[in-house]
Amino acid sequence: MRLYLKFFVIHLKGAMQYKVSFLLVTMGQFLVSFNVFLGMYFLFSRFHEVKGYRFSEVMLCYATILMSYSLAEMFMRGFDMFATTIGNSEFDRILLRPRSSILQVVSGRMEFTRLGRMIQASIMFAYGVSASEISWNYEKKITLLLMILGGTVIFGCLFIIYASICFFTLEGLEFMNILTDGAREYGKYPLDVYGKGVLRFCTFIVPYALFQYYPFLFLTGRSDQELYMLLPIVGCLFLIPCYLLWRLGVRHYKSTGS
Amino acid sequence: MEQMEQGILGYQKYLSFFRMRFLAGMQYRAAALAGVVTQFVWGAMELLMFRAFYQVNAEAFPMTREALSSYIWLQQAMLALFMTWFLENEIFQTITEGGIAYELCRPTDLYDMWFFRSMASRTSKAVLRCLPILVIATFLPAPYGIVLPEGFKAGLWFLITTLLGFLVVVAFCMLIYIATFYTNSPTGIRLVAASMVEFLAGAVIPLPFLPKGIRQVVELLPFASMENVPLRVYSGDIAGGEIYIRAGLQLFWLLFLICLGKLLTKHAIKRVAIQGG
Repeated sequence: MRLYLKFFVIHLKGAMQYKVSFLLVTMGQFLVSFNVFLGMYFLFSRFHEVKGYRFSEVMLCYATILMSYSLAEMFMRGFDMFATTIGNSEFDRILLRPRSSILQVVSGRMEFTRLGRMIQASIMFAYGVSASEISWNYEKKITLLLMILGGTVIFGCLFIIYASICFFTLEGLEFMNILTDGAREYGKYPLDVYGKGVLRFCTFIVPYALFQYYPFLFLTGRSDQELYMLLPIVGCLFLIPCYLLWRLGVRHYKSTGS
Repeated sequence: MEQMEQGILGYQKYLSFFRMRFLAGMQYRAAALAGVVTQFVWGAMELLMFRAFYQVNAEAFPMTREALSSYIWLQQAMLALFMTWFLENEIFQTITEGGIAYELCRPTDLYDMWFFRSMASRTSKAVLRCLPILVIATFLPAPYGIVLPEGFKAGLWFLITTLLGFLVVVAFCMLIYIATFYTNSPTGIRLVAASMVEFLAGAVIPLPFLPKGIRQVVELLPFASMENVPLRVYSGDIAGGEIYIRAGLQLFWLLFLICLGKLLTKHAIKRVAIQGG
């Protein structure tokens, strides 16, 4: 952990060396997700609600997903860029060092420009929290926190899966975008908006619904099930198959030799 | 006579650039397959989302559902033609890393060459991806699938406005490339251009979904001359005399963007600084 903190500081200092470029890219990141917000805003100004969810509630939902996605992307960027790590045999060096490979990949890269998205998520949080008539007791606060953390873990897992597949093939990996970018894009609405089939997929195959839909029901008072509050933690079990896949990948690894 | 021959030869030059890039683009078949799957899921999710809004208030829907489905499937199928964020890294690198020196030595016009090159890489991407999506979308049940165009006239004008819209997109992207001459750090411009244009072109939500007032203004901008026109002509959402006005507007913006691009290129080349070597 101390090693990780050290890397963290180094990356932060590195990013701050190019302040203008950093600011521009951060602003760009902000704008990119801002047009999604605009789209939602105009749809809601026309329709006022969707499946009984009001604008402020959906904002809260979108903010959760955007926040956890950006957090995962910021800290797990190493997995996202893993194809190049294999391509230039950087991974050989990683295997030679006496530290865990996951730690090294994770601390190899951090993307602080994702702060742009986080700023947007924070603004939406502020709006959602104040405009939706939720009485914020302890349980609800913890639920929200767990939702964000659970989401970060799940997205992190997806990045690990992506990297693990890189061990086997570098072709056609674009489809993983469905699970990462797609979830960020379409997770802006509570998942039951898309119908039962999608909700089922997001509960049992890739457990998005465990940190988004079910706790959200509890948060907005649509359900009294206090158990829903803890579902993001259950969702973290997703780490296990991902870790196994990663192990399998590492065992399968053949250096490119360059 | 000689001049005419030269003219034809000059044209062939760019055509072979087109062919080169087109064939190169056709090599990436696995990527194309993954792209098709991604686009298909995207389209499906988009439709499901709009279904939820439709169930809330069907009367607030500014287009028919069939028109919306066709819009979304065509949009996904022809993504490569119309997305302004499909930019070629190689061109940016040429400018920032000094390769531009070689490009300037060629007996070709820089603007024309890059224009054809962008056209080629976009069409090659689109050709590989559009058919499978359209075929699957044809077989989807009624309000979700793609339907045939509204009559022969709509079909014909769809093709014409697609071509025009496509050229407007390429001409606009040329401006982004050229801006690199002036700043040398294209990332900021790229991101801003990509995101704002995407919204104004109707890629996030179709433009009819915008409220009155805002919509009228947005529809005059060059960005509304991109995918907005052909996708709505196809399903008869734009029909009758309106087609001519929109197509005329497309033509106007196309000429405007090309002239602006050529002027800026000329100006940029005069003061270009070659980076390293």
